[in-house]
Amino acid sequence: METQLSIRDLTVDFDQGRQFVRALHGVSLDVAVGETIGVVGESGCGKSITWLAALGLLGKRAKLSGSVKLAGTELIGASEKQLSSLRGGKIAMIFQDPSSSLNPVHRIGHQLGESLRLHRGMTGEQASAETMRLLDRVGIANARQRLNEYPHEMSGGMNQRIMIAMALAGEPDILIADEPTTALDATIQAQILDLLRELSSENGMALVLISHDLGVVADMAERVAVMYCGRVIETARTDAIFDNPTHPYTRGLIAALPDLEGPKRRLASIPGTVPPPDQLPPGCSFAPRCTHATPLCDVALPALLPVGPDAGHSVACIHSGPLRVEKSKAPARQSLTAELEPA
Amino acid sequence: MRPLLSVRDIKRHYQVRVPGGFFGRDALLKAVDGLTFDIKRGETLGLVGESGCGKSTTARLVMGHIPLTAGSVAFDGQPVTARHDSDWRAMRRRMQMVYQDTLGALDRRLTISDQIGEPFAIHEPLMTARQRHERALSLMDSVGLRADMAGRFPHELSGGQRQRVVIARALALSPDLLVCDEPVSALDVSIQAQVLNLLDDLREQTGFAALFISHDLKVVRQMSDRVAVMYLGKIVETGAPEAVFKRAQHPYTKALISAIPTPRNRGRRERIVLEGDPPSPVDVPPGCAFHTRCPLAMAQCRLDTPLLSGDGDHLVACHAIHQSAQSAPLAAE
Repeated sequence: METQLSIRDLTVDFDQGRQFVRALHGVSLDVAVGETIGVVGESGCGKSITWLAALGLLGKRAKLSGSVKLAGTELIGASEKQLSSLRGGKIAMIFQDPSSSLNPVHRIGHQLGESLRLHRGMTGEQASAETMRLLDRVGIANARQRLNEYPHEMSGGMNQRIMIAMALAGEPDILIADEPTTALDATIQAQILDLLRELSSENGMALVLISHDLGVVADMAERVAVMYCGRVIETARTDAIFDNPTHPYTRGLIAALPDLEGPKRRLASIPGTVPPPDQLPPGCSFAPRCTHATPLCDVALPALLPVGPDAGHSVACIHSGPLRVEKSKAPARQSLTAELEPA
Repeated sequence: MRPLLSVRDIKRHYQVRVPGGFFGRDALLKAVDGLTFDIKRGETLGLVGESGCGKSTTARLVMGHIPLTAGSVAFDGQPVTARHDSDWRAMRRRMQMVYQDTLGALDRRLTISDQIGEPFAIHEPLMTARQRHERALSLMDSVGLRADMAGRFPHELSGGQRQRVVIARALALSPDLLVCDEPVSALDVSIQAQVLNLLDDLREQTGFAALFISHDLKVVRQMSDRVAVMYLGKIVETGAPEAVFKRAQHPYTKALISAIPTPRNRGRRERIVLEGDPPSPVDVPPGCAFHTRCPLAMAQCRLDTPLLSGDGDHLVACHAIHQSAQSAPLAAE
């Protein structure tokens, strides 16, 4: 499949005054044309930073390195002018809180018209016709009346639809949705997810869905990347990741989730907390919380390597081999370390 | 046996001004509009619903934080009022609350151990400072906080740790009822599981009853012995979690359940996507409040408000369900 966006070894360091703190430790990801990829992780894992960095939205205090290529064009180090023509055009982004992304003192119609003027050079009659079409497309009834309303006159779900309409105004090839439904109620979330799914399949638009909610990602994405402490620790097709999770963190996340179906069980929680970015352990950053950790984990930084029969299933864990074997047997820490010793 | 908490037809209405005319117009916001439920000793009732349905208002009414417009709340036979007299204060030590916003719930100028010891300072004035500190340390231990954190301030802790402090403080006086308002909504998945397990363990040890409020059905199912689903200030369905979530009857409950994506049901769940937004609580539609979005709506739904009824423990407020339940025995004959 053709690659739409390719991120290679992207690192981000934040200037903290006295020192630089690394928030992103070399992330590599590919997004194919028309593909929906889900990025999951807990707060502070770098799932949003990755994409903000890719779009040059992190400001001056962030030092970037690595490469982000959008259909062959390098974005890291590109001029502000170049970037602003791409942002909102070829690549668009929507955020968690729609009401703070919209300008409260301008009418909806004006804000939509602005993006049409900037990215497609439309004005006057042509622009207002296109605005109506877009509002209609995102499922907003009586568009003509809505155009004259302000963001505060609409509900959160409506505002998120407006944001999506604005993102669509530039006819993007790739839409980055950063927690698009986190601030919304369950029934409204279902509506917005359906809309995003429909739009991406209709326009052949690639969709990057950033979410902390494994359920949302499982529902929407074709491929999933799990992030922890500024690294991608496991990536695979959606089915592979949920049927056959390999990294202990991915397994922990899935086991920690209460379920609506099946027998009620005690939740398996992951002990401890995420370390702050300036106090990461030298080896695997998950090692202090991992039940499978061995002394080797505290020293060696695991690379993201292919594992198992599924193409594209990669895991960053030195125990990934035994962990997959162990799935069929009873899990035991003793046997695991014993298997590793000879190696 | 007398229930620990008995809530009878409570209402809370607010006078608000809504746009309309030159100066706006008066309107009545019905945040909670006729709730009735009981909580037995040691039982956990889960209250679930979307934002604006009146879950949190219910919590505040139950605690006596705000006055009731109508109805009554009785805690262990005694009425709970919003008049904060000595009776209420005496009762308050037996009913405690856990909040969503932990930074707001804690005093940011008090250390963790002072924070947890404060209920003793208020309710057991004879206790010495040294005893308070010791009790605080043992409480910290029971919620999984290290003793060396005693001197820290709330902002120095993570969200999960702060929630543990709030829980320790709430449990300091061994209350009979714990009202939890979205206790894990602000926490990450792995931390959420830790806090839910902690609440579960503490409940087993101390046997408190709980009113557990959340918008997350999965969390409510995990924690509750009984569940009530709210929509616009009213309970639309209530029963055991297995009954409500597996054999949901009310069209709103069904839609709510089908709208929750989980890794387990990916790709093979039947989705009921509701049209539109919930109506504003200022303009609640007449009859059944859900009829504007309901796939089963009939003429009767626009006129009469359905009452909670059903057989056994599983109650539903829906005309369509009641009708089919009435006609089902006939059809069987």
